[in-house]
Amino acid sequence: MTVVTKKDQNPVAHLTPEDIEQLGVELDAIRQEVLDTRGERDAAYIRKVIDAQRKLELGSRAVLLASAFPPAFVVGTIGLSIAKIVENMEIGHNVMHGQWDWMRDPKIHSTTWEWDNASTAEGWKHSHNEVHHTYTNIVGKDNDLGYGIMRVDEDQRWVPMYLAQPLWNFINACFFEYGIAAYDLELGKNLKTPKDRRPESFKKAARATLGKIRKQMTKDYVVHPLLSLPTGSFLPTLAANFTANLVRNVWSHSVIMCGHFPEGVETYEKAAIPERETRGEWYLRQMLGSANISGSKAMHFMTGNLSHQIEHHLFPDLPSNRYAEVAPKVQALFEKYDLNYHSASLPAQVYSAWHRVVRLSLPNGWMETTTKENLPSQLKMLWAMTTGDRKVRRVAQLRLEQQARRLRAQKKADVARVA
Amino acid sequence: MSSSVPLLTTTAGRRPGSTTLRARLERIANAAVTPLVPADYLDLFNPLRAGAELRGKVVAVTPETADAATIVIRPGRDWAGHVPGQYVRVGIDVDGVRQWRAYSLTHGPRPDGNISITVKAVPDGVVSHHLVHRVRVGTLVHLEQATGEFVLAPEVTDGPGTAKLLFVTAGSGVTPVVGMLRNLFPVTDAGVVRPARSAHLDITVVHVAPSRPDSIFIRDLEALDAAGAIHLVARYDDVHGLLDVDTLGDLVPDLGERATYACGPGGLLDALEAHHAARDLVLYTEQFRPATLVVGEGGEVTFAGGASVETDGATTLLDAGESAGVLMPSGCRMGVCFGCVVPLKEGSVRDLRNGALTTAVPGETGPEGIRIQTCITAAAGPCHLDV
Repeated sequence: MTVVTKKDQNPVAHLTPEDIEQLGVELDAIRQEVLDTRGERDAAYIRKVIDAQRKLELGSRAVLLASAFPPAFVVGTIGLSIAKIVENMEIGHNVMHGQWDWMRDPKIHSTTWEWDNASTAEGWKHSHNEVHHTYTNIVGKDNDLGYGIMRVDEDQRWVPMYLAQPLWNFINACFFEYGIAAYDLELGKNLKTPKDRRPESFKKAARATLGKIRKQMTKDYVVHPLLSLPTGSFLPTLAANFTANLVRNVWSHSVIMCGHFPEGVETYEKAAIPERETRGEWYLRQMLGSANISGSKAMHFMTGNLSHQIEHHLFPDLPSNRYAEVAPKVQALFEKYDLNYHSASLPAQVYSAWHRVVRLSLPNGWMETTTKENLPSQLKMLWAMTTGDRKVRRVAQLRLEQQARRLRAQKKADVARVA
Repeated sequence: MSSSVPLLTTTAGRRPGSTTLRARLERIANAAVTPLVPADYLDLFNPLRAGAELRGKVVAVTPETADAATIVIRPGRDWAGHVPGQYVRVGIDVDGVRQWRAYSLTHGPRPDGNISITVKAVPDGVVSHHLVHRVRVGTLVHLEQATGEFVLAPEVTDGPGTAKLLFVTAGSGVTPVVGMLRNLFPVTDAGVVRPARSAHLDITVVHVAPSRPDSIFIRDLEALDAAGAIHLVARYDDVHGLLDVDTLGDLVPDLGERATYACGPGGLLDALEAHHAARDLVLYTEQFRPATLVVGEGGEVTFAGGASVETDGATTLLDAGESAGVLMPSGCRMGVCFGCVVPLKEGSVRDLRNGALTTAVPGETGPEGIRIQTCITAAAGPCHLDV
């Protein structure tokens, strides 16, 4: 991925400023249609989901009281995993977005909701709602791009540390909730600051997060295992809770990776964003900076409707149950304005996102220029780049890019000849 | 001194042993369901239980007139009861949006423990229309404890000696009065009962309404009149013309001996107040219509800390607050992140994206106000923010 402005072919070059504003007007109209029909049916939906999720969690935890009995372990673990996923994705994420604030129910409100996750609602609302949703895919401003630990864009300079990023990404997936908590706290940046110069706001947020993690751990790994003790199910219940958290983490990490990481999703350069971005321009950035997952109703539900990532990024405060009906209208607009509506199945998007993580763990152009025949020499160069100093890397990088360019030009010529 | 302290704590500590056990169980329950609380789960199964937030379940809806209905509600276990004449604030979801309104309780305490409100559908009344025409038996509503000063003093209801009262009611202002009368004179299948405890009461009711068919509870009042429990003077605009308060003395010859309880719209109450003050008569009133709100472009925005600022219809409340030096929460400043949400306690605001109005009326909307996004709304008339 390269920021839009540095691409050979800018995907929005064919749009005039008037087109972009008209696009904004048309998207506003779609939003208004939903607002005008939002009501009892939607309220009943979210209440039903919350009701069902709580009963599922309660039931699963009850079954786990006897988890020494293998079928109970299996049923309880599956139930608890689903309950935790629904709680985080379809309920927590969306309630904290303010999608249900219009109901004026203080119990289902962005200002009061707290979720079953290591990160606090407060911290997450800032880093996700405010930073990520406003500065979506702007390199250097949207920390969701690689979470500050990964290279997800060609424009990020390659350093040897990135070779390990597939491993980081896998570990991050398994313990995603802690990754999110650390990321909400901007832990990397703050830990580098000397202790006495860390902002008061960070100390407060860190205390709150540690308190939350302690409570979450006590619940999953102490209280419920102890409650299962009478049936001799302490360890199985502990394992079930650990598994459910793991499943939830890997699932939510995968879904979120699909939202912005797949190949073909656009990223933006900080300097290229106008000082006062218009509504139309903001909409356009959201349209090209997100990717959808196609699939069944059940899949959409389990992703918290984040499978409709494009629609969610255009209208983050519309109730999630309405994204499905909005999607065809949004897609029609993509076609009308000749833009790429990025949508693929879950396996395809997960593969694509992982492909990008692996590709960018290597220097730009390395994968492109590597064939079976030149593998030994390529590996030798990679080794040199990894162990060498900055100068060695720069020289090797220039050569790689030159080779890649040549390769591309040749391919183009081949295609032209065939045609 | 030093020895008596541990002694005291031991004796004091043993007795509430059960409460410490209870507290310990509560702590475990809390730890087991964090970040929720046990009540979130208990509410799934029994929302009316003791200890729950106060709610009620609609158990009957009876039409009174073409556009009025009595709604009988079974209140939650923690309902503390009420005195006839008091009102209750009811929170009900209309089109998915929680709305709060105050309604008079139209029964005294009932043997079945239920409470009832009688609602007249007013023009453009979102909640009253819903309650009269759409609400279904089984609906869960939110309640607050009964409140209101418009009740009969104990020395009136308990005697001794004859108590002479005058009720003046207009429109749906009849509802708290009917609540009082039903308590004094229960209506049974066999007709109106006149219990001994009410024998000392001499009651006249002046009831004002546009017409007889428009009168809620007119049959109740007429039945009470027929049974001799009250003396009813009904005044219909279409028959008798608009009531001139100065002629009240003609309708009620012994007006000077009576204590007056009046409930109705502001205009009538103002006229009565002037009338009674001039003659040095006792008057208790209850106003029955919220003050009308001024909706316009811009206006004065006031804040909890006392700051205030005059704004135009295009300045966001967030900008207005910041310019007034208020520490406003903020985030994306474009309506996306909901980081700027604060409660609107009173007044109207306009969504600058689509012109939608949001209005908060004290005593009507939820106790905590309506939470609004200040970064994309502007004042539409004077308003007060709780920040």
